[in-house]
Amino acid sequence: MIGYIRSDGRKGIRNVIVVTYLVECAHHVARRIVDVSADMDVHLIGFPGCYPNEYSLRIMKNLCVHPNVGGVLIVSLGCEGFNRAGLQAAVAATGRPVDTLVIQERGGTAATIAAGVKAVSAMKESIAKTPRAPIGLEDLVIATVCGGSDGTSGLTANPAVGKCFDRLVSLGSTCIFEETGELIGCEQIMAERAVTPELGEAITACVAKAANYYTIMGYGSFAPGNADGGLTTQEEKSMGAYAKSGDSPISGVIKPGDHPPSSGLYLLDVVPDGEPRFGFPNINDNAEIAELIACGAHITLFTTGRGSVVGSAISPVIKVCANPETYQRMPDDMDIDAGRILNGDATLDQVGGEIFEKVIAVASGQRSVSESLGHQEFILTYKSFEPVGPACLPVRARRA
Amino acid sequence: MTGNQKHSSQLILLHERDNVLACRRKIRQGETLSIDGTTICAGGDIGVGHKLARVDLVPGDVVLKYGVPIGSITQSTRIGEHVHTHNMKSDYIAITTRQSTGEDAPTP
Repeated sequence: MIGYIRSDGRKGIRNVIVVTYLVECAHHVARRIVDVSADMDVHLIGFPGCYPNEYSLRIMKNLCVHPNVGGVLIVSLGCEGFNRAGLQAAVAATGRPVDTLVIQERGGTAATIAAGVKAVSAMKESIAKTPRAPIGLEDLVIATVCGGSDGTSGLTANPAVGKCFDRLVSLGSTCIFEETGELIGCEQIMAERAVTPELGEAITACVAKAANYYTIMGYGSFAPGNADGGLTTQEEKSMGAYAKSGDSPISGVIKPGDHPPSSGLYLLDVVPDGEPRFGFPNINDNAEIAELIACGAHITLFTTGRGSVVGSAISPVIKVCANPETYQRMPDDMDIDAGRILNGDATLDQVGGEIFEKVIAVASGQRSVSESLGHQEFILTYKSFEPVGPACLPVRARRA
Repeated sequence: MTGNQKHSSQLILLHERDNVLACRRKIRQGETLSIDGTTICAGGDIGVGHKLARVDLVPGDVVLKYGVPIGSITQSTRIGEHVHTHNMKSDYIAITTRQSTGEDAPTP
């Protein structure tokens, strides 16, 4: 694997330019810049709201300085509340090329699109000189998420990803699993895997927070398609989702935008702190993927039973299909056919090995299926978090 | 996944303690199933990944899958019958179904 070397010492597996809009009013202009640039490595991200929010600024900064990102073009309407100078400064501090275009100062839509296309073109030349060097598994942060789950997810794709995670963790990678709302019911067995008893208590507490939050919202993290596919309860879905984490000890709990301080397995607590203020914790799967990438994920392993098609901006998504009937219906959207386990045509260990090999291939530059199809979904919304407590990161606490 | 010879090949027992079995493939109405040596006839279609009862279940029984509780029974359910939203509920938080959102559920 050959990666892109960044000034903060992290290493990327892609070298993309992100064009980011800072309010919905700048979305069209930013999208046109990306469309006209017509390059698979120019990605659109953005934030729709006009009110400032500490969480969204932090996530946006982390995404713009992600090791897979080589350069950033910021597109602002001009009057929105987003701290655009702070974002520009954060990117500039890393030595990456960064430009800001303010539509109200640039002469409107057409002039800004033309300026943006020119800026992207100049940036492409500049980032082509990014230094490259070999990278190892210890440099990789691999995340997992499930979407469109059904009764097969917990039998095939999720435990197969768990096998892959066990192997990655044993070889020095950093792995992240998440969605505490989809771990409701698993808190006790999960706490027993924590590297310290205090971390175990923190895990139990963040699942209790999720249960409380979702109860107030009136819905669990459960879609009608989950029930169509044979899942009956939140806790049944949770047990299936939990299998993605494998069997490694849990090294810590992080929150969106936190970088894991060491290799190992981490739980991402995605449920906001305090009383519900901005709605559902994550309104769709891509909201979770964006948070995992903001934690440094180079690749996301996405398991699906019903058949999700999404990818992501910035970091490739590898699609692991749990359900053999779904795979037959939409094979061109899947990287891995884990449903063969149900037919007896493959074992969990074999499919776990295939996912591991696919991680190496995609980290080496091979396009994942969703990447090739041009899937670059992205969403960022409002949230609020308190920093994690010392019990959540025993490794960092020991160093301090 | 625990293989188990006491059940038909289309069924999986995930944990010895479980009182439900998962379907490896879609089961058709009228198909013969063997559960712990008992032969039964499937009363209806049951989709891949769905569950059926390993034993007779009564309201209040805790449903065990993967060896852990995943909810409880709300309607009497005979061995071999489909276990799903019509006869089982969460012990944590109610779920969203197509019926609860006013939409008709697709046939399995």
